[in-house]
Amino acid sequence: MSDQSMLKVERLTKTYRTAAGGDLTVLREVSFDLRAGASVAIVGPSGSGKTTLLGLCAGLDRPSSGTVEIAGESIGEMNEDARALVRNAQVGFVFQNFQLIPTLTALENVLVPVELAGDSTREPEARELLGRVGLGARCDHYPVQLSGGEQQRVALARAFMNRPKILFCDEPTGNLDGDTAAAMVELIFGLNREKGTTLVLVTHDLELAKKCGRIIRLKGGVVVSDEVA
Amino acid sequence: MNFILKMAWRDSRASRRRLALFSLSIVLGIAALTGIGSMGENLRRTVELQTKSLLGSDLAVTARKPFDEEAMKYFRGVGGEVATEVAFATQLNFTKGAGERKLVQLVAMSGGFPFYGELVTTPAGALAQLADGQSALLEETLLVQFGVQVGDEVRLGAGTFKVAGALKKIPGDAAVIALFSPRVFISPAAMEATGLLKKDGFARHRVHLKLRPGVDGDALARTMKERFQGARFQFDTVEERKRQLGTTLKDIYSFLSLVGFVALFLGAVGVASAVHVYIKQKVATVAVLRCLGASGRTGFAIYLVQGIGLGVVGSAVGAALGVAVQFVLPVVMKDFLPFEVELFIAWASLAKGAAAGLVICVLFTLLPLLTVRRVSPLVALRSALGETARLDPLTPVVYVAITAAVLGFAILQTGHWQTGLGFTGMMALGFGLLGGLAKLVSWAAKKFVPRKPLTYVVRQGLANLHRPNNRTVLLLLSLGLGTFLMINLVLVRATILDKIMGVGAGARPNLMFFDVQDDQYPQLEKILKDTGTPITVSAPIVTMKIASIRGQPVAELLQDETKVLTRAGAAKEAKGGKGGGLAARFGGGANASQPARDSGRIPSWTLTREYRSSYRGKIDETEKISAGQWIGRAKAGEPRVPVSVEEGLAKDLQLALGDEIVFDVQGVPMRTYVASFRTVEWQRMQPNFFVLFPEGVLEPAPKTFAAAVRAATPADAARAQAAVARELPGISAIDLALILQTFDGIFAKVAFVITFMAGFTVVTGIVVLVGAILTGRFQRIKETVLLRTLGATRRQLTQIQLVEYAVLGVLATVTGGVLAIAGNALLAHYVFKTSVSLPVPALLASMAAAVAVTVITGLLANRGVADHPPLEVLRNET
Ligand SMILES: Nc1ncnc2c1ncn2[C@@H]1O[C@H](COP(=O)(O)OP(=O)(O)OP(=O)(O)O)[C@@H](O)[C@H]1O
Ligand SMILES: [Mg+2]
Repeated sequence: MSDQSMLKVERLTKTYRTAAGGDLTVLREVSFDLRAGASVAIVGPSGSGKTTLLGLCAGLDRPSSGTVEIAGESIGEMNEDARALVRNAQVGFVFQNFQLIPTLTALENVLVPVELAGDSTREPEARELLGRVGLGARCDHYPVQLSGGEQQRVALARAFMNRPKILFCDEPTGNLDGDTAAAMVELIFGLNREKGTTLVLVTHDLELAKKCGRIIRLKGGVVVSDEVA
Repeated sequence: MNFILKMAWRDSRASRRRLALFSLSIVLGIAALTGIGSMGENLRRTVELQTKSLLGSDLAVTARKPFDEEAMKYFRGVGGEVATEVAFATQLNFTKGAGERKLVQLVAMSGGFPFYGELVTTPAGALAQLADGQSALLEETLLVQFGVQVGDEVRLGAGTFKVAGALKKIPGDAAVIALFSPRVFISPAAMEATGLLKKDGFARHRVHLKLRPGVDGDALARTMKERFQGARFQFDTVEERKRQLGTTLKDIYSFLSLVGFVALFLGAVGVASAVHVYIKQKVATVAVLRCLGASGRTGFAIYLVQGIGLGVVGSAVGAALGVAVQFVLPVVMKDFLPFEVELFIAWASLAKGAAAGLVICVLFTLLPLLTVRRVSPLVALRSALGETARLDPLTPVVYVAITAAVLGFAILQTGHWQTGLGFTGMMALGFGLLGGLAKLVSWAAKKFVPRKPLTYVVRQGLANLHRPNNRTVLLLLSLGLGTFLMINLVLVRATILDKIMGVGAGARPNLMFFDVQDDQYPQLEKILKDTGTPITVSAPIVTMKIASIRGQPVAELLQDETKVLTRAGAAKEAKGGKGGGLAARFGGGANASQPARDSGRIPSWTLTREYRSSYRGKIDETEKISAGQWIGRAKAGEPRVPVSVEEGLAKDLQLALGDEIVFDVQGVPMRTYVASFRTVEWQRMQPNFFVLFPEGVLEPAPKTFAAAVRAATPADAARAQAAVARELPGISAIDLALILQTFDGIFAKVAFVITFMAGFTVVTGIVVLVGAILTGRFQRIKETVLLRTLGATRRQLTQIQLVEYAVLGVLATVTGGVLAIAGNALLAHYVFKTSVSLPVPALLASMAAAVAVTVITGLLANRGVADHPPLEVLRNET
């Protein structure tokens, strides 16, 4: 679409203070830049810092040093509530562990982002989204009544609901069988194509990674390679 | 806003049953509070009515001469009802036998007296016979003592009267004047006909007023005092009689407020701990909401709405339950209630209780809720705990608000800011102590639990005390505060019942003998022992007059108008109970001379009267030295004898410590000095004295004795009196039962209400304990289930829980018990002004019960977890 930078990460470092008093650096000087409509896969071994990086990019956490800009806005300087607004307006997020609200039905879970923004007219759209992920008949079920894969699909539908400019997915197909996974991937990339949504995927699935225009490899918190697929 | 409400509603759907459980404690707390409020109101009204029967009317005006037309017109103009009474001392002559005589109070009444209470006679209705002008009613003691029967004749002055019956109970007046000479009732016309009523200042004229509802008797008395300044009127009001009932009623109301306070706080503690656990489970939800773009305020508001909803519903249901209790209770317990409960709803106390409950509930919910503001969205990334948040700047604000609310409520409830402050302080102390203890326990469990000699389950149980997400603080606080409040109630109940019974009932003497000569005493002792009513209290009495004060002779003082108030003095003397020339006073306030005291002059009667003094080695438990030093034995050869003077009299006589008083002891001058001032609990029905001498001085002086016994039944009292009258005819007897009945009635009701309210509140406390443990269970449920999944047996799980609950239960209960003992001591000393009662068996029993409730509930609560398949539990317990 445009040349405008959608996500710009510069020299991002995250250090945890351990109980023993020492420092544990899980991300070190990570930098990359992503234009609107681009897609990137972040891969790496377990514990390499993928989820941490995703969290920082989406503004769920504060970096120890470095900056993150979403759509030209530096979220590092914002307070939590301002970042919450940015998330609500621009960002979609699919968690590794789904994170549906256990007390809400599937439909209500999907509706949360728009209702938070004060819009309570979008129920038909939410039902349609659930239908697209194959759960049209399960709208009124609670998360405990859904399987892991079904929960993940609800989470995906929820991430689409606010028509995000940028979508973060942490292992979006981790719990799904081949066919369902393929359908999800189709959905995600369809969004990317139709709406120009920027995609940031964390995955172990190399097939999936190759679908992205770019692959960033992490190891021990450091970018070891950053290549165009 | 719309979203917040929607979300709050939706989010509560799955947990409504649990929310209902949480609210149970607040429901019961508010039910108890409102129930107590209304019950207290009920008691207040009942006692009010009973107290009125102490006087028989709202206001009594007494004078030493007949009221003039102007005064009577004024009385009638007040509105309400008017009754008159004339009484004077005279000789009653028995025509039967040896023609004995007895000094009595002859009373003639007209109008509808008594307006409150009942005048009881045997045979019933004998009062109506007085109208024939030839009948008389005699106090029962006279019939017993002189063997007179209904239908016998007695003579009064020029008239002969037929005995129509016995007076068994007379409302009013009993406490002060008539005590020392029994009463005889005749009609006013008959009194005129006896020709005994001659000169002014001889008879006591009294007008009883029944005021219209809402008219303040005290205020009216003050107005009349102004209006009839020249006349020597005396005023008696119900308020004054109530003061004479001593501090008892005040104590009851203080106790009731304490119970209400405790009930509400038990509820608050229950709700706070439940909400605390609830919110912990909601952290993940809040984190997701944050990820989806909700602000911290939104998350907070969602749960605040739930908290307020909980409070509103809880208060409403609680108030409804409180009302239901009041309706159901009298019906169910009709046979047990010692008094009739009027069915009325005290709306004011109901509204007050519900409002207080709501405010306290919401504030206590706010505290755990604050953490919601600080939940990081990061929590959604890892289900682990977020980084420990810094102190929320609002936390101190909420603490201050809670303290202010607690203080406000305590002051409102007790009506005294000092007491309210004390309550709040004690709660804060308990909170701090238990919180500190919890930290200490966690720390010690981490630091000192050895690995080696302990089995896995014990180690695991102890480790539960410090591991992340532990419930040590929660359970110690809720269990500790719960047991503290409950045990405190049990102890205070004992303390106050002891105090009331001490003053009020049980062992109090109810029959007194006077004018017992020195040499008759051993015989009297024997007679009373044989009749089964042994002497419980006795005192030697020596009559004396004041010769001089600070070297100034009384005769000289009396000339000095600037120092001595003579005119009012005469009226005072009438009231001071000189009827039988007795200085020992029964009932009646030490305040009798207030007007004279206000004028700054000495009332003359205090100088001229005959003092009946006693001597003792130590002071009685009903007395307190308020200044100076009590000296129990006079040193041989000392020129001046140290005496103790009752505070009220000392004020009247304007005495200071060390002042010299010379007494004229039947012709012999006795130099004394004021060594101490003493307060005397006059409402005790036993010999009390204005002036007390030490041992070793008055023994050789001519003296008489007063002795009191406790007769269990009226028949016993009659038997004792008859036996004494037969063998020692000169001794006069006074049956205090007439007065005591009223007192006993009040005290029995009060005791019942106290016990009932304490019981109700303790039940609330148990529910809170159970609730706290049940909610605590949610905190560990995942873990327990995972242990099950990993192969732990039910037995092992039970043992792990047992260790944890036993440690927490014992620690909480012991701390709560210690706090309760301290609280009881403080209350006893500062609020109830009595000695502390420490019923050790009750204390130990309640502590054991608290531990048992903790452990048993803990184990029972866990059974559900252990019995179900792990998967089901993991999926459902959200
Ligand atoms: N709060 C924390 N305190 C200390 N260390 C942490 C904390 N959170 C994460 N880590 C560490 O940071 C490192 C990176 O974690 P992260 O979750 O980003 O890995 P990942 O690449 O997503 O792994 P996986 O593929 O298994 O999901 C890990 O070694 C983890 O132990
Ligand atoms: Mg990860």
